[in-house]
Amino acid sequence: MSEIIKVGMADLKTCLPPNGITTLGLGSCVGIALRDTTNKVGGLAHIMLPDSTAVNLAQMNLAKFADTGIDELVKQMEALGAVRRRMVAKIAGGAMMFAFQSKAGNIQVGERNVEAVKQKLAELKIPILSEDCGLNYGRTVVFYPETGDYVIKSVGKGEKTI
Amino acid sequence: MGELTLEKVTETYFDVLKEIGNIGAGNAMTALSQMLGTKVDMHVPQVELLEFNEVGQAMGGEEQIMVGVFLGVEGDITGSMLFLVEQKSAKHLINKVMMGMGNPESEEFSEMELSAMKEIGNIITGAYLNSLSTLTNLCIYPSPPALTVDMAGAILSVPAVEFGIYGDNILMIQSQFFDEVEIDGYFILVPDIDSYQKILGALGMPV
Repeated sequence: MSEIIKVGMADLKTCLPPNGITTLGLGSCVGIALRDTTNKVGGLAHIMLPDSTAVNLAQMNLAKFADTGIDELVKQMEALGAVRRRMVAKIAGGAMMFAFQSKAGNIQVGERNVEAVKQKLAELKIPILSEDCGLNYGRTVVFYPETGDYVIKSVGKGEKTI
Repeated sequence: MGELTLEKVTETYFDVLKEIGNIGAGNAMTALSQMLGTKVDMHVPQVELLEFNEVGQAMGGEEQIMVGVFLGVEGDITGSMLFLVEQKSAKHLINKVMMGMGNPESEEFSEMELSAMKEIGNIITGAYLNSLSTLTNLCIYPSPPALTVDMAGAILSVPAVEFGIYGDNILMIQSQFFDEVEIDGYFILVPDIDSYQKILGALGMPV
């Protein structure tokens, strides 16, 4: 029986077929789904912030940031036999939930998250096959490493697969 | 003053923060009750230090569809204030305030209904912050409201991101309100980490 593994906010997990992996209610956060196209090892990271270097943290949750989160996910997938040069990515999220947010620093954190994710993936030479980012609504995503389907559900907008 | 951590705030000043939630939400409820012309009750406020992955579950699951009114808190303290109402409740609430001119049967919100909801959020969170301001003698004012209809998890990620810069937890002062039949919603005050110190200091708490 296949099951759906759940990833929380600022969290990441790996996933093997036939299981799926999901994260609920992505707002300005970004859900990065990675998959080894050959042996189908998959993983999903739900990152909150673009950059760990600006933050000084004693005990750091690696999954919270785009840069460290992607590194860690790749590492965990490699431990399961995935190979980085065979990996492909699909990304979703990075919305701006409220048209207006007061603090200058965190305005468009969604957009900055998406940018940071793209930059990090480019650095690791992991191609982005498709994306559904930005705009102003939340997304729930389910990723199936078996097929590479990334299903995105939004309130009032139905369901689509990228 | 020493460094105030969220863990310390939660343990030592738990009751004080609860009382803040109680007074703030109490005033907001009075405003709401006057607007509706009916009685509105509330539960004892909850003050919780949550991990990010617990945030969505705090309110009936990450995917629960909520109408959220978000206001930035500015002045002597900073942070955010959220007024969250479950979709169906929001329809009833709006319909009551609009004197029956809303459309509680439909799931969609019209422009007029969204605008009404924003104004309701504005008035009652205003009452909440006003009472907090009077209590602490701090200058506290809200930014104009912004509204969205979306999943609870996505809405709550907005204040969570602010805390993400400092640590892995979020401290929220949460009050739940309800009336006899159909309204059910939450107020959530999320002061920034530095602001807890200011609020507690203003109340004469040694921090």
